[in-house]
Amino acid sequence: MTTLTKNKITDQILELHQSLNNFKDLRTNGAAILEQKGLPALKEEEYKFTAITKKLDQNISNFGPAHTVQLNAELVNEHLFEGFDGDLIVFNNGIYSPEFSHFSGQDYTIAVLDQEPQESLGTIAKMEKDPFVALNSTTFRSGIAIHVGRNKQIEKPIFFLFFNQAHNGEVISPRLFIQIEDNAEVTFLENTVSLDENPYFSNMVTEIKVAQNAHVHYSRLQAEHRRAIVVNNFETDIHRDATFTSSLVSLSGDMVRNNLSLNLLDSGCEGNMYGLYLLNGKTHVDNHTNVDHTKPHAESNELYKGILADKSRGVFNGKIFVRQDAQKTNAFQQNNNILLSEDATVNTKPQLEIWADDVKCSHGCTTGQLDEEALFYLQARGLGKEQAKGLLLYAFAGEVLDKISNDGFRAFVTQKVQERLGGSY
Amino acid sequence: MSKDNQILEEFTSKEYEHGWSVNYEADEAPAGLNEDIIRWISSKKEEPEWLLEWRLKAFRTWLDMKEPEWANVKYPKVDLQALKYYSAPKQKNKPKSLDEVDPELLQIYERLGISLNEQKKLQGIAVDAVLDSVSVGTTFKESLSKLGIIFCSFSEAVQEHPELVQKYLGSVVPISDNYYAALNSAVFSDGSFCYIPKGVRCPMELSTYFRINAANTGQFERTLIVAEEGSYVSYLEGCTAPQRDENQLHAAVVEIYAEKNSEVKYSTVQNWFPGDKDGKGGIYNFVTKRGICAGDYSKISWTQVETGSAVTWKYPSCILKGDYSVGEFYSVAVTNNYQQADTGTKMIHIGKNTKSRIVSKGISAGYSQNSYRGQVQVMKRAVNSRNFSQCDSLLMGDKCGAHTFPYIDIQNSSAKVEHEATTSKIGEDQIFYCNQRGIDTEDAVALIVNGYAKEVLNQLPMEFAVEAQKLLALTLEGSVG
Repeated sequence: MTTLTKNKITDQILELHQSLNNFKDLRTNGAAILEQKGLPALKEEEYKFTAITKKLDQNISNFGPAHTVQLNAELVNEHLFEGFDGDLIVFNNGIYSPEFSHFSGQDYTIAVLDQEPQESLGTIAKMEKDPFVALNSTTFRSGIAIHVGRNKQIEKPIFFLFFNQAHNGEVISPRLFIQIEDNAEVTFLENTVSLDENPYFSNMVTEIKVAQNAHVHYSRLQAEHRRAIVVNNFETDIHRDATFTSSLVSLSGDMVRNNLSLNLLDSGCEGNMYGLYLLNGKTHVDNHTNVDHTKPHAESNELYKGILADKSRGVFNGKIFVRQDAQKTNAFQQNNNILLSEDATVNTKPQLEIWADDVKCSHGCTTGQLDEEALFYLQARGLGKEQAKGLLLYAFAGEVLDKISNDGFRAFVTQKVQERLGGSY
Repeated sequence: MSKDNQILEEFTSKEYEHGWSVNYEADEAPAGLNEDIIRWISSKKEEPEWLLEWRLKAFRTWLDMKEPEWANVKYPKVDLQALKYYSAPKQKNKPKSLDEVDPELLQIYERLGISLNEQKKLQGIAVDAVLDSVSVGTTFKESLSKLGIIFCSFSEAVQEHPELVQKYLGSVVPISDNYYAALNSAVFSDGSFCYIPKGVRCPMELSTYFRINAANTGQFERTLIVAEEGSYVSYLEGCTAPQRDENQLHAAVVEIYAEKNSEVKYSTVQNWFPGDKDGKGGIYNFVTKRGICAGDYSKISWTQVETGSAVTWKYPSCILKGDYSVGEFYSVAVTNNYQQADTGTKMIHIGKNTKSRIVSKGISAGYSQNSYRGQVQVMKRAVNSRNFSQCDSLLMGDKCGAHTFPYIDIQNSSAKVEHEATTSKIGEDQIFYCNQRGIDTEDAVALIVNGYAKEVLNQLPMEFAVEAQKLLALTLEGSVG
């Protein structure tokens, strides 16, 4: 393990955490890990293609916690999508903002996590696994905990809306801890809005427990501005007969790193991961996914698709881990990429680690370009070249967009994708 | 079926066929690794000054390098200072032809089923036999030289064709390439050299047979194949070692240089001693193999059947530099008991319209770990390049593991790259079907495994294919309960 311990970033952070008074234990542990490991260098296998530490070094001047900024109701409403009907939970630079959030009286609880004891924090997303989890644990100010009780069917979606704006390049550290109890059902949506063009660093940690026979959908849109540096650590524990589906659409940002881990802890559970990265400019998006099959008869599906234009770079690393006990596992993974420019780059590494023999696991991965014949077919029928291209790319992306379960949010994301692709539909 | 039964029966009784060793008088270097040893080896082989310099440069580079730890294998470290870096059977005079080679040494190869005598002519294979650190004999040298083909031991090439060796040595695998390649460059003792002149199609299969006999030695051989414009050669490599309790190190380097329109086919059947049932002993096989398609329309094809070695760490690669060049990699890797294999390939597309194809079949049984690690890299210049990769794993038993680590790095929008991988076990329904038709389970498994690996075995030259099939059956012996 290479270390970057005596780096100015870690020094600043270690100094900083002394001034925060809550979550002493968590912070001390996090600081210890950071001190020992430092932030990842490019030499590290897990961050091989994503020079995030260097990026931070160059762009972020102050690693102190970001303070809340001025918001108003009008601004918040502007960023709701058409036909939104559900609960809105607004975050102001990563801090829960109750004055702009509104609820429709659905039966679950939301609590601010700003002081100890909060023993569960850090039990799902382990900070030993990724230094950025340790960083979040060391510097976050407060998080929120959502608890959906047994047998509760939450019909309307819960929408997390993040407003980010850091003037001096500060760190935004949102922290979510979500527990879904037995037989409950819920849908979460997430979007982040950049308020201006100043660079910021958002380092988020989301922990979710999906208990027995619970069913959860979680859809996210990442369309932050061109200078945003984003790290997301999203980790889920999935219990017996439960299902969890993640959809993630990344459209912009400077450098974005998404760690998504599904721990399939018992039989009969199912984890699905769908992702689309549609990039242009110099955007760099790195998706690292990890499925850990620990018990027999579980299933996982994964489909990530990328369309890369200009000088963008897409990194995909999908790890499927099947432990010795996890017989009769079905695990499928697919990653398809289309390169639209000579300067775009794809680095993909689908990885299978299998320790059980009675399993069906497969992964497939392709990189190519649009089918000339399909393009010709459409042109022969009177579509302009750009239009035809747009249509084909939209069809390619559609497979992932269709997985977003909430109709309104799907239409909203689809519209963003269509705007990017051009052409008419 | 009777033939298959015979094969199985032949192998049920013994574990590792080539586990014996022979005592002969040997000329050995003292144990240890330092500049003096390198000078000792170099002077022993009467090498020219530039080669000694080259070795020393490699050694100094190596001193600054660290043993790689990224591979998915675990093993106790090798104490490189305890090894002997040179061990050669004592021969009174340098033999001028096979007739003068010590018959005792020839017998070793007879016993391995490799006859160095001219009767091999019937099979049309020219053999260079390497025992521990030196080549003991090369067959068919004369008839090949009539065509201008140079096929001899590496030491001989250094003496007789220094200009060729100097030109190509290290051109594909530079001394600083990796830890074991640097070590090999410093201490390599012998190996094979092969040069196919312009426009010549080599009329027979060329073959090297490696045998480690002495204890506490490492084998560090070096193979260099140069194919000039429009030439063709098919090259085979086989290896065995005696059964010993301690681990032995084998760190070889193979370099292939293919000029315009040439084709080189390199096949390996690797059957080093894999260690016993409890994972004791066995060979550490840390090999660097790489070929460069330097000229346009050239082709390099690697085929390997890996059944032996306690730990394998091997990635035969192709650098596709010439336009329209082609790289191929076909591999069957079988691990049983406590064997570990981390093997795969690298295809580096540099030239335009380059193509590569990877077919890897892993079979793991017992407590073994089998990893495929590969890289397909398409550089910016490599317009219209094409790659297809397929890596399948077959698991037998619930204590073994199969892993895939494919890296796919694309920097060109006109590239078409496909990769697919599957992992599965032999279906109970398949075995049941065979049982129904009177084929017992063990035979059924051999049948299914052979079918599974057929795509790769088909690429092997005929004589090797038969050996490889037998080996597959042998290696998996007793893994079905």
